[in-house]
Amino acid sequence: MVEPLTKIITGGFESQKIVNSEKLYIMANFKLNINGKIQEVDVDPNTPLLWVLREHLNLVGAKYGCGIAQCGSCTVHVQGVAVRSCMLAVSTVGNQEITTIEGLSENGEHPVQEAWLELDVPQCGYCQTGQIMTAAALLENNPNPSDEEIDMAMNGNICRCGTYVRIKKAIKLAANS
Amino acid sequence: MKLVQTQIGRRAFIKNTSLASGGLVLGFSILNSCKPKDIETMAVKEMPNEWFEINAYLKIGDNGLVTIMSPNPEFGQGVITSMPMIVADELDIAWENVLVEQANLNAEDYGWQFTGGSQGIRRRWQGLRMAGATARQMLKEAAAESWKVPVSEITTSEGILLHENSGNSAGYGEMASLAAQREVPEEVPLKEVKDFTIIGTPKKDVEARKVVTGKPLFGVDYQFKGALVAMATHPPAFGLKLKSYDDSAVRNMPGIVDVFPIKSLEEGATRGYFDTTAFTDLVVVVGKTTWEVMNARKQLRVSWEPIADHKLTIDRFGNQMEIDVPKGLENTDQHYAQMNEMASMPGTIARKDGDPEKAFKNAAKVIERSYSCPFLAHNCMEPMNFFANVTEEKALLAGPLQAPALAEATVAARLGIPIENIEVELTRMGGGFGRRAYGHYAVEAAVISKQLKAPVKLVYDREDDMTFGIYRPSYHATYRAALDENNNLVAFHVKAGGVPETPLFANRFPAGAVDNYLAEQWEINSNITIGAFRAPRSNFMAGVEQAFLDEVAELAGKDPIDFRLELLKKAKDNPVGENNDYDPVRYAGVLELVREKSNWDNSPANANRGVAAYFCHNSYAAHVLDVIMENGQPKVEKVVCALDCGIVVNPDAAANMAEGAIVDGIGNAMYGTLSFTDGKPDQTNFDRYRIIRHAEAPKEIEVHFVKNEIDPTGLGEPPFPPVPGALANALYKATGRRLYHQPFINDRPPLVG
Repeated sequence: MVEPLTKIITGGFESQKIVNSEKLYIMANFKLNINGKIQEVDVDPNTPLLWVLREHLNLVGAKYGCGIAQCGSCTVHVQGVAVRSCMLAVSTVGNQEITTIEGLSENGEHPVQEAWLELDVPQCGYCQTGQIMTAAALLENNPNPSDEEIDMAMNGNICRCGTYVRIKKAIKLAANS
Repeated sequence: MKLVQTQIGRRAFIKNTSLASGGLVLGFSILNSCKPKDIETMAVKEMPNEWFEINAYLKIGDNGLVTIMSPNPEFGQGVITSMPMIVADELDIAWENVLVEQANLNAEDYGWQFTGGSQGIRRRWQGLRMAGATARQMLKEAAAESWKVPVSEITTSEGILLHENSGNSAGYGEMASLAAQREVPEEVPLKEVKDFTIIGTPKKDVEARKVVTGKPLFGVDYQFKGALVAMATHPPAFGLKLKSYDDSAVRNMPGIVDVFPIKSLEEGATRGYFDTTAFTDLVVVVGKTTWEVMNARKQLRVSWEPIADHKLTIDRFGNQMEIDVPKGLENTDQHYAQMNEMASMPGTIARKDGDPEKAFKNAAKVIERSYSCPFLAHNCMEPMNFFANVTEEKALLAGPLQAPALAEATVAARLGIPIENIEVELTRMGGGFGRRAYGHYAVEAAVISKQLKAPVKLVYDREDDMTFGIYRPSYHATYRAALDENNNLVAFHVKAGGVPETPLFANRFPAGAVDNYLAEQWEINSNITIGAFRAPRSNFMAGVEQAFLDEVAELAGKDPIDFRLELLKKAKDNPVGENNDYDPVRYAGVLELVREKSNWDNSPANANRGVAAYFCHNSYAAHVLDVIMENGQPKVEKVVCALDCGIVVNPDAAANMAEGAIVDGIGNAMYGTLSFTDGKPDQTNFDRYRIIRHAEAPKEIEVHFVKNEIDPTGLGEPPFPPVPGALANALYKATGRRLYHQPFINDRPPLVG
C-alpha cells in the first residue's frame, strides 16, 4: 500500500518521500556535473554513482566488478581524483566535477588512451576503462611516476587477463608523450 | 601454391540478402551508441553504396571496402582480429580496407562457434583461408570474364585485379557484383606460407578503440527497450536446495516489479554435457534498475533444505551417462583428508610400461613427493549475465557465451521453442577462462523472461558469480622417481586424483621417456560443480610434474634443462610405449629456445631461476622465471617464455596472451584458493579471494615463438599450466624451500606475509 507522495527537504536537495507499507524510501533529485554537463536524475540518494552513470545516464564505460571497491573496474574521476564509483553514494557527490571514460577525451585521444592503443594493452577489455581512469589521474598528479609509484597507484585495479606488464609500459609511454 | 577442395558446403555461400541489403551490419545492432560513425575506419573511409556478399564470411563494397565476419565468440583472446586476418590474407586485401563484425550464432553459416580448448584458430585455419581464397578466385573469374582473358593470367595485389598483358585492372569493388553471382569454385588455390602478407604481422585489436573509450560491448552493457533487471537467489551452500521463501518485504520496495521462483532445468530431464549447475531452483527478483533489485533482494527471506543423494542423466554428445550427486555439506579440510587417504592406496592403473615395481626395488635412489591444489573460481571481471526476450514462439538471447550453440539447444529444449526461432547475439565477453562454456545463466534468463512475459537482463553480482561457480577442482598428485647408480631415471610413477575428478594424463611426458612407468588415478565424488578452467587438469599436472622433475634433476646432479632434454632425446630415439601424445622434438625445441633467450647457460650464480615446460592443447611452452628477494619477500622479476604453436597469426596479440597466461599462472599458484565450510564458499568477493595485482606481476615478460610453417595450434591455454612449476622451482632457489601445496602463500609454514 503506497501512500501519496509528499515533498520533503533532505540534506539540502529537494526530495520526495515514498511511504511504503513498512519502510521509508526517499527519491531525490540530483544535478550532477558529469563530463562538463549538468545531468539531472531522480534516484534513491544511496544509489552508488556507478549505477546512476550506467542505468540512468547511459554512460556504461565504468563497469561493475565487485561492488565493494576492491577491483577498480568502476573507477571515475571526482575533482580529478580516481574514485571507485560503486561505493560512492550519489548524494555525497554534490556539484563536484565527475569525469568518466566517456569524458576523458572525445575519441580516445587522451595520452593514456593513445598509449593503450599503441601497445594494444586490452585483452577482454572489461577492466580497462577503470585502469585508464586510474592511470590518467596518476599522471595528472605525478607526470613521471616510478615503477613503485605506478604499482602503488594501480594496485586497486584488478585485471583478470593479466595485462599488468603492458599497462605499466603504457603508463610510461603516456608519461613520455 | 596448393589446391584445396572447398569443404565448406554450398549452402554457406548462398547470398544472404538480409545481410547484404542493409549496408554495414553492426555486430550488436541494439547497442545504440554504436553508430556507424563511431567505427574507427569510418573516419577515413567512405562507406560503399552497396555491399555484395561473396560468402558468409565476407562481403565486398562497391568501393573496395571489405567486411569480414569473425565467427567465434571473443573473450580477450583476440580472434575478432586474428580470424579476419586469415580471411583477408587469402583474399589479398589491404588490412586497412577491412571492417570486422562479430558474427552472431549461426551454425549453418559458421559451423561450431566455440571459444575454448585453444581450438579456435586451429579448427578455423583451413576454413577461413578457403573463405578468403574462394572469394579471391571468384573475383578473378569475374575479371577474366569481363576482360575476355584466361583466369590463370589474372593476378591480384591488395584489392586490385590485374591482367598484365592487356593492361586491364580493376578494384575488387568493381568486380564484386559480378563475383557474387558466380558459382563457388570447386577447388581454390591457397597461398604458400612465404606469401602471407597479413598473417604473421602484428595487427592491433579491431575493437581496442571501443574498449578504451568505454563503448557498450559487453553483455552487461546490452540495451533493449523496456528491458527489466533480474537477480536470482541461489542456495548459499552446495548440498542445499530451495525449500520456501517469503517475499513480503521485497514486493513493495521501490522499483520492484515481481518476485517468483524458477526452475532453470526440469527435474529428471537429461542434461547436456555443458548444462552443469548445482542450483536449478532459484528465487528471482525483477525490477527496474540493478541497484533497486540488489537492495530489494536483501530483504528476501529464504529457507533451504538439504539435498538427497540423487542421479543426473547427462548426454555427453550422444553418449548417455548417469552421474551420482552425493548429499552433504562438504568441507575443504575433509577434502584434503580424503585425498590424502586415497593417495595412500593403490589407484586405477591408466598406463604401465616395463616393470616399475622391480625398478623401484632395485633403484640406487628413490624420491617421492606429493602435491595439491585447491578449488579455484574463474572470477571473470564481468560477472555472469544474460539478456532474454522470450515471446510465445520465439526468443532473442544476447550475452557472453563461449559455447552459444549448447546454451541455445538447452533453451530450445527447456522452453519448447524450435531452435530456428531462437536468435543468439554474441557480445564481447569480459573474460571467460572456461566459465562461460557453462551457459546455465542464459537458460535462467530465458526462463525468467518467459515467466515474466517481458524482456529481461539477468545479472549476477560478484557474490553470485563466485558462489554459483563451475570451479576448477581440487587435485592431488604423488610422484615417485627412481635413479640408478649413474643417475639415470629408470622408473617413474604418478598417482593423481581429485575432488571430484582425476587430473591425470597418462600418456604425457615423461611417459615414453622412461622404461618403467606407472600412472594411476582415483576420484572422490562431490556435489560441488566443476568444469573447464583455463587448461583443465593440465593447470595442475604441468606445474607439479615440472616441480617434481626439478627435484629429480637435483637428486641426479643434473642441470634441469639438460635433464629434460636427455629424457626427450630418449623419447625421440627410443620411445617407450605407443600412445605418447607429444612430439619430443618440438618439446625439446621450446626448451632449447628458452635456454638461449634466457641466457640460461650464463645465469649469474646468485640468480633464483626456475624452468618449466609443458605440452598441452596441441602447443608447446617453456618458461624461465626469475625471482628476487625484496625486503625478505620473493618477487617475480622476469619471465622468458618460448612457445611453439606453429604459425603465429597475430604475433603481438599472441605475446599479450602469453604474458597474461604467465601473470595468471603466478597469481593462481601464489594466491588463488576457494575453500568450503559446510558446503559454503569461504571467499565470496575480492576482499577475501586474492587475485594477483599490479605490484605482484613480473616487471618484465619476454615472449619468443619457435618459427616454423606448421599449421597453427592453440595459444590461450598452453603458456599457462607450466607457470606454477617454474615459479616453485625459482622460489626454491630464492628461499631454499620446495613448495608442494597451492596456493604457495599458504603452504606451511607460510611463505610470505
